[in-house]
Amino acid sequence: MLSIKNLKAEINGKEILKGINLEVKAGEVHAIMGPNGSGKSTLSAVLAGREDYDVTGGSITFNGKNLLELAAEDRAREGIFLAFQYPVEIPGVSNINFLRTAINEIRKYKGLPDMEAKDFLALIKEKQKVVELDAKLTGRSVNEGFSGGEKKRNEIFQMAVLEPKLAILDETDSGLDIDALRIVANGVNKLKNKDNATIVITHYQRLLDYIVPDFVHILYNGKIVKSGGKELALEMEEKGYDEIKKQYDTATV
Amino acid sequence: MITDKLTATHNFLEELAKLAGKAAFMPASEIGLALQYLEEKGIPNNKHEDYKYCNIEAILRKEFKTITGKEIALATGDLKKNYFIKDAYNVYVVNGKLIAEISEVPANAALLAIDKTPADILKKHLAQYAQTNSDALIAVNVAYADRGIFLHVSKLVDKPIAIHHVNSSDGNLFFNVRNLFVIEKNAEVELTEIYHSSNQKYFTNNLTEIFVGEGAHVNHAVIQNTGVANYLVNTTKTHQHKQSTYTNSCFTFSGALVRNNLNTAIAAEFAEAHLFGLFVTKGNQLVDNHTLVDHLKPNCQSNELYKGIVGGKSTAVFNGQIFVEKDAQKTNAYQSSKNILISDDATVNAKPELEIYANDVKCSHGTSTGKVDENALFYLKARGIGEESARKLLLQAFAHEVIDQLKNETIKEKVGELFEQALQD
Repeated sequence: MLSIKNLKAEINGKEILKGINLEVKAGEVHAIMGPNGSGKSTLSAVLAGREDYDVTGGSITFNGKNLLELAAEDRAREGIFLAFQYPVEIPGVSNINFLRTAINEIRKYKGLPDMEAKDFLALIKEKQKVVELDAKLTGRSVNEGFSGGEKKRNEIFQMAVLEPKLAILDETDSGLDIDALRIVANGVNKLKNKDNATIVITHYQRLLDYIVPDFVHILYNGKIVKSGGKELALEMEEKGYDEIKKQYDTATV
Repeated sequence: MITDKLTATHNFLEELAKLAGKAAFMPASEIGLALQYLEEKGIPNNKHEDYKYCNIEAILRKEFKTITGKEIALATGDLKKNYFIKDAYNVYVVNGKLIAEISEVPANAALLAIDKTPADILKKHLAQYAQTNSDALIAVNVAYADRGIFLHVSKLVDKPIAIHHVNSSDGNLFFNVRNLFVIEKNAEVELTEIYHSSNQKYFTNNLTEIFVGEGAHVNHAVIQNTGVANYLVNTTKTHQHKQSTYTNSCFTFSGALVRNNLNTAIAAEFAEAHLFGLFVTKGNQLVDNHTLVDHLKPNCQSNELYKGIVGGKSTAVFNGQIFVEKDAQKTNAYQSSKNILISDDATVNAKPELEIYANDVKCSHGTSTGKVDENALFYLKARGIGEESARKLLLQAFAHEVIDQLKNETIKEKVGELFEQALQD
């Protein structure tokens, strides 16, 4: 589904990603862990098509398409979904209007007519349950005045509505208490199937107790330095990132 | 330089005088004062602080050398067909003149041509709130206004009064329009003035004095959608009494030049003023909003929000003055102006001016001008919404804070439509 080869990216002339390789197949859950500043959020931003970053080398192929040639909106229409670490507040745009516009723009891209109003409302109602999102929140402006937990739940709610092929969860656990974490993780698990894939980006192992990964990758200094199964996450939790840092800092000197 | 300016002024005033039609409703003493003021000060150019971005003298010199175009009568049926809106009393005004035979007058109200205003009311209110020798455009209006309407509201009016301003001419005309709205004690009215589009080139110097009596509530919306060759100076001078409320919502969607001078004097206790503005500019338009809220007495409130979407090579000006006079203790006065630039060649000049002479007051002001929020834009795009739709969604959200405070659904819908149209163009 997703194939990243030797990806290099920089922002303001500073190289952040220094040759990433990653293969993600349908049905898989990948976790990308790493200390602060290792390039985790840059990777998610580059995948989603944020223009602040310059891709200086390598390739990203998504279901046979060259992702780097697509604008952010077209990547979303192709089925990539980024759950933001910091969801943006958009006063004046209601959640409902926002989602209806998104759905219909995606449908238009696929050559489908607008979704019928009653089908849309039924969909909203159904998906609200997945993340136990208060119905009142869907009528309000996008993320405006939402608590940290509500914002993250709203991300997963949008994901449930848009049904992406590849979901990238960028530090979705940050700022969540244990109950909210469980609800969010539950939502993600319910949406998982054999045709879609998930990349979970996180600093801590905690979230991976709830969303169990098939593969764990350790990102450090712009490269994936170690890959393994879910036990790698536990190992990192136990030992911390210091050992990795020591090992690769000396290696690059 | 001064002589040049006066020459231009003289030429222009001579042109105006040719149109004759001396204003029979205006006292000779006021006209004398006006002419004297014009003789001394001339028509303002951009060296005049109040007209820094709005060079009236240059516009008159370049665009209105001759102002002897002809007015063209309109069939009443066409007026109704083109402009009627439902759930309102429709009033039709062509070139500043009331078309009485098809205008709907609500119970509790009277509507007349300005020169038919009863003498006692004229004496009490005319030229009382707009000081003749305070501004050149006011002086021009006093000296030459020969048309306009008088509206009297004595009690609650159950539906909005929609005043349709229509231009019908072969172009190159200069209109001086004088209006007087008297809203008596405890009366309540929703007034919506709509300046409809016209392709002709003309200049309207409109002046409206509004008296808001004790306990009266006036919800006044002004929708300016005139046309790309139209020049409009719209001066509104409101005088508020005890426990009254005056709300002005000004929407500017078209016009080569729109200059609004909106002043409200809060002249008695426990009164409120709310001023809202929304403008969408493009091309070479100039939209200049000058507002003044004058707090004269204690325990009053004012609240002001102006928003602009400024594109093309257009220029927008917001100059918001709040005066809190010495006597006006316990005043709450707030002002905010926010602008979004949607082109690199557009300009916004925003200037809040607070002058506070009382010591126990709460006042604040803020102004911001920026581009569409890039983070919000990316967020929308990351959900599959295209660049153009995403920008539109954000601009709609920005504008709707102003549009949504309109209480009447019909008017709100109308403004919403015109706003969408203005964004499209």
